[in-house]
Parts: sequence; C-alpha cells; structure tokens
Amino acid sequence: MKDNPFSLWVYLSQSPLLWLTVTLLVYASTDAVSLATRRHPLANPVLHAMWIIGAFLLLTGTSYTTYFAGAQFVHFLLGPATVALAVPLYENRKRVVASIVPMLVALLAGSVTAVVSVVLLAEFAGLPRDVVLSLAPKSVTAGVAMGIAESLHADPSLAAVAVILTGIMGAIIVTPLMNRTGIIDYRARGFAAGLAAHGIGTARAFQVDEIAGVFSGIAMSLNALVTSFLVPLAVTLLVR
Amino acid sequence: MLASLGLILLCQLIGEAVVRGLGLPLPGPVLGLLLLLILLMTRDRFALLARGPLRNDGVETASKGLLAHLSLLFVPAGVGVVQKLDLLASHGIAITLVLALSVVVTLLATVLTFRLVSRLLKQQDAR
Repeated sequence: MKDNPFSLWVYLSQSPLLWLTVTLLVYASTDAVSLATRRHPLANPVLHAMWIIGAFLLLTGTSYTTYFAGAQFVHFLLGPATVALAVPLYENRKRVVASIVPMLVALLAGSVTAVVSVVLLAEFAGLPRDVVLSLAPKSVTAGVAMGIAESLHADPSLAAVAVILTGIMGAIIVTPLMNRTGIIDYRARGFAAGLAAHGIGTARAFQVDEIAGVFSGIAMSLNALVTSFLVPLAVTLLVR
Repeated sequence: MLASLGLILLCQLIGEAVVRGLGLPLPGPVLGLLLLLILLMTRDRFALLARGPLRNDGVETASKGLLAHLSLLFVPAGVGVVQKLDLLASHGIAITLVLALSVVVTLLATVLTFRLVSRLLKQQDAR
C-alpha cells in the first residue's frame, strides 16, 4: 500500500487529463486576478499562467512533451480562433473599409520595422546566427512564425518562445505607451497592438476597446501575410 | 452551437487544404478567416444562405465565445519556455532587451504612420 499515492501520481502525471486541467485552472485563476485588478497590464494572465505552470513542471520533473500531450487541445484552438476573427471584422466592416488606406500604409511601415529592428538589434547584441534567425519572425502569431523559422533552418521552438515573449511584452507595454503618446484613436492603437504583438496583443486590445480589438485582429492577420514574405528577404540582406 | 463550430472548422480545413495544395505562402487559418467573412457577406445578399449556423447569429455567437478567451490559447506554447532555459541562462537578458526594444519601436512606427496617413487624408477631404 505504501507506494500507492506515488503510483497514482505516476499514472496521472502521464495522462493528458491532468495537464489540460492544470492549464485551464491556472489560467482561470490568473484571469480572475487580472479581472480583479481591472485588467492591469502587469497582471497579464498569459505571463503568470506561463511561469506558474512552468515552475510546476520543473518541480515535478515533467517533460514539456508530456505536458503538451494534454495542453495541445487548447493549443489546437488557435486556428479556429483565427477564423473566428472574421465575425468582429464582419460586424465592423464599414469602419474598416473607411480606414483602409491608413491601415495598409501602417501595415507596411510596421511589419518592415518589426523585422528590421529585431534583426539589427540582435546582430548588435552579438547573438548567435541561429538565434537571430529564430527571433526574426517574432511579431507574427506562433504557428506562422514556427513555419518561417523552419523554412530558414532556424529553431521553431525558440521562434515560438520569442513570439510569446514579444506578445506578452507588447500587451503589457501598449496601453501605457499609447497613453503617453496622447493618441486616443482606438483604430490606430489596436492596429499597432495586433501588428507588434499578434494574438496576445489582440486579446489585450479586446479587453480595452472593441474597435481596438477588431483593428488588432486585422493587423495580426495581414502581418502574418506580409512577414512571411519579408523575413526571408530581410535575412538575406541583413544577416551576416 | 455544434453546427457553428463545425462551420468554423470547415473554413479552416478548406483554408489549409487550399494553402497546401497551391503552395501559398500564407497560413491556412487566415484564408479560413477570409472564407468565413465572404460567407457572412454573401448571406446578407442572398436569403437562401441564411440557414443553420448562418441564421440567428449562430456562427457569430460561437466565434465570440472562442475569442473571449483568446489569451488562454497561447499558454501551452508559452510554457515551452521551459525547454529553452539553458539558452535563456546564457542569452536571456540580451534576447529580452532586443525583443522589448523592437516591440516598442514597432508599436510606435505603426501607430504614428496610421495617424499620419489618416490625418493627411482628412486634410485632403477638407480641401
């Protein structure tokens, strides 16, 4: 009987059920905290869920592969959620069509800045070549960035981490930064959030303002397109 | 609800299939987004299409449900950071600084361009 609790743990810790439950419950609590602080940027629910679950995995000696076997059911929904962005876009189509020109110019300026700035800064910081390549697509959503990194023979899992870190930092910084610039146009603010910080920025934008969320979603989708073309080009021109 | 989720998945499936089939350099779900958007707009034109999930805000409600917890969906990929701890120990500070600076520059470049262009357009209209 002595080893029973342990064998139960061995069984549960290998099952997808445990890690799916942990993901949902930890996120539910960090989201509740975020709500209780009236969506304070530093109470970002993704950031806190990430380190809590990460620490839990390290403490219990669970591998990421085992964790992901359960968490993949949540991860899978990233695709359908992207499709679902069609609905807020559809409901606000008149406002979107009315600002199509500023959107397209800002898209070009923003995506070039995102790729060029990260490549130049990473080179300047003396990071190894494969790290520079993996950081280059950091402003687009995880699945796309991993695909780009793969096509450059860089490290897709590092690209995914860079994407998430960028998203979290963008989501934390966007509100205070925009307030400081004095810009109150929520179309422009949202568009910037989605372009620089993809889905995590978009999630943040929807918390702040519905119109900001819509423009953020558009920026995120368009940037995924532009960046797929831009990164290989920038890498050939800028990386040693 | 079920039919609405099915419709969303179907849009993504067609998107992925077309992207793979034609070797397009864009993510499948983005094409799925365009597809659902076109479907919603055609429905307004032709009453014939307003059935099942395209009726009574079916697919609209399901989509909003998915988007309400958009942040949650990034948690599994984010936890992947545990695999990169040795890299972060050696280059973590540089990587974080590079990403932070780049995100600030990108946010500013985007928002300022957007405002500048929309102001220029307004001046042109006023003239």
